[in-house]
Amino acid sequence: MTGLSWNRVLAVLIKEFKQLTRDRITYAMMLAIPVVQLTLFGYAINTEPRHLPTAVLMQEDSRYARSITAALKNSLYFDFVAQARSPAELDRLLRTGDAQFAVTIPGDFSRRVARGDKAQVLVEADATDPSATGGAVAALAALPDQALAHDLTGALAARGPAPAPFEVVVHRRYNPEAITAYNIVPGLLGIILSLTLVMMTALSVTRETERGTMETLLSTPLEPLEVMIGKLAPYVMVGLVQTAIILAMAAVLFHVPMGGGWIGLTLGVALFITGSLALGFLISTVARSQLQAMQMSFFYILPSILLSGFMFPFRGMPAWAQWIGEAIPVTHFLRVVRGSLLKSQALSDQWRELAALTAFVCVVTALAMARYRRTLD
Amino acid sequence: MTLAIDVHGLNKSFGDKHVVNDVTIQVEEGRICGFLGPNGSGKTTTLRMLCGLLTPDSGSGQALGYDIIAEADEVKLRTGYMTQKFSLYEDLTIAENLAFTARVYGLDRRRERVDAALERLGLTSRRGQLAGTLSGGWKQRLALATATLHEPRLLLLDEPTAGVDPKARRTFWDEIHALAAEGLTVLVSTHYMDEAERCHEIAYISYGRLIARGTAEEVIAASGLITFHGEGPNADKLAHDLAGKPGVETAAAFGQAIHVSGTDRAALEAAIQPFRGQGYAWTEAHPTLEDVFIQLMDRSEDNVQ
Repeated sequence: MTGLSWNRVLAVLIKEFKQLTRDRITYAMMLAIPVVQLTLFGYAINTEPRHLPTAVLMQEDSRYARSITAALKNSLYFDFVAQARSPAELDRLLRTGDAQFAVTIPGDFSRRVARGDKAQVLVEADATDPSATGGAVAALAALPDQALAHDLTGALAARGPAPAPFEVVVHRRYNPEAITAYNIVPGLLGIILSLTLVMMTALSVTRETERGTMETLLSTPLEPLEVMIGKLAPYVMVGLVQTAIILAMAAVLFHVPMGGGWIGLTLGVALFITGSLALGFLISTVARSQLQAMQMSFFYILPSILLSGFMFPFRGMPAWAQWIGEAIPVTHFLRVVRGSLLKSQALSDQWRELAALTAFVCVVTALAMARYRRTLD
Repeated sequence: MTLAIDVHGLNKSFGDKHVVNDVTIQVEEGRICGFLGPNGSGKTTTLRMLCGLLTPDSGSGQALGYDIIAEADEVKLRTGYMTQKFSLYEDLTIAENLAFTARVYGLDRRRERVDAALERLGLTSRRGQLAGTLSGGWKQRLALATATLHEPRLLLLDEPTAGVDPKARRTFWDEIHALAAEGLTVLVSTHYMDEAERCHEIAYISYGRLIARGTAEEVIAASGLITFHGEGPNADKLAHDLAGKPGVETAAAFGQAIHVSGTDRAALEAAIQPFRGQGYAWTEAHPTLEDVFIQLMDRSEDNVQ
């Protein structure tokens, strides 16, 4: 032992620093990750979403009914996007996710208000993600006292401060007890699959390049598609096993309802696994080293967690962030998984998400094939 | 006579670096052609163009009768290529590496061929050993066995014996000669002079240009080099004194002896004249390939600068 020599420490330090700056992509990533991700998520994430899409079923067209919707709109939590003509249509809007809230104003509403006979407004919330609806539901509490304040003047105003003229009945659909695990656990399926599959395949080709075995592979008659299929197939198995484990644990440990929608779920899982693997393969054709492949995967994983609706309500994000979210396959996969398990969605409710996943698979596979070099040029 | 390799005017640039410059090579079937030249002279790039790993910027030619650009797939099927760096899977066993290659080439009687290759290598008892745990010499022999598993007609070897001990190198070259005797054409790049001498013929490339071609004897004769061998004390010091003198193109110490070479006999003799009698005995020697190559290297450097 010769003790700690600062000169020798400095020697290592200078070497490390130089190597760090020489790897351009790593360098860029170190700067880009904080800047991009901070701006992105700092502005995008909002745990108190407003302007939630709301469908309404007006079983009577009255002054009171219009006042109710106006009051809901004024609260800034509810944006009316659809007017349902039947309870079935209203239910479908909620199930497909086109609406987060469904408001029903019954046919005898005005009559009951006038009579002071327990008038009710029914508000059904899609509570698969309890945090997305929490604020809005809380805001409903103030509705009965204020909504009809202007209408009930004169004679009726005499009824004054006493009991509210109607009550709001809130149904938390799909997750009535607002159990967070019901939302998070199915979501984790998407995140865990992304984490393992994208990263593992991203490393698979770069590993060949780094170890020099790529040169041998290229000198054989192997076709790019053959390499891709051969490399990805084992990970399809990995993905399927993971899916089975996660779903079993979700049911047994967390009692997540297994609502059904099995065809859509199976299709979704198949497409998502394929898409994740293809993306990993694409990354590996771009990255020059395993380290770069890791960083690029990480760059993809972060928005998958934060902008997909996994952690924070999707509808709480500004429009531009929602557009980014729509481009991420996890977003669509989460809707399929949650829709199937919690909302028992039928295939017809899920086709948009499945189509988005299919498009992702096609685009990424095409890009990966275009990027894969058959020569060392 | 059939040509296994017949390429003309190959050019390849990476960025503004012209790595291979108008290289033309013909190699007859069944011959071992040594591919020599300093580091970075374009040997690897030329080999890669021959087996379809790189596309030439210009130039054309055939390997085994197939166009190296248009029919690269046909060439690949019939060519074995051994990279400079060990490029088998270190985390697969010896037998698994061979089996993988057999499958990739779609070979029949797979098990039989793998067993035969292991037998030839003498690795049957170690077939389950991870390839990464083999010593350097064994790795290269395994790589050769893998590259020849599909019975190619052309073998391209890129510095196959770099860092391998002399005995293993000899075994390796015995195998190459055995393959050539079976009709395989071999193009092998190397830095070792003893290996160059074991080739049927030599191609010397420098700064991307082919500058010497022929058998070892032909290359030495064509160089017009005259070499003097001096013996005596402090040969290393003498080498330093003689280097750079007019007429002396190379001067190198070999233990107690010194080799001085040049193409101008009179000037060379004048240069060593002051050192005659100082305990040195001078005799004219046959120039070695190494003398020739060092001279070629120095010259081509001059050409470039």
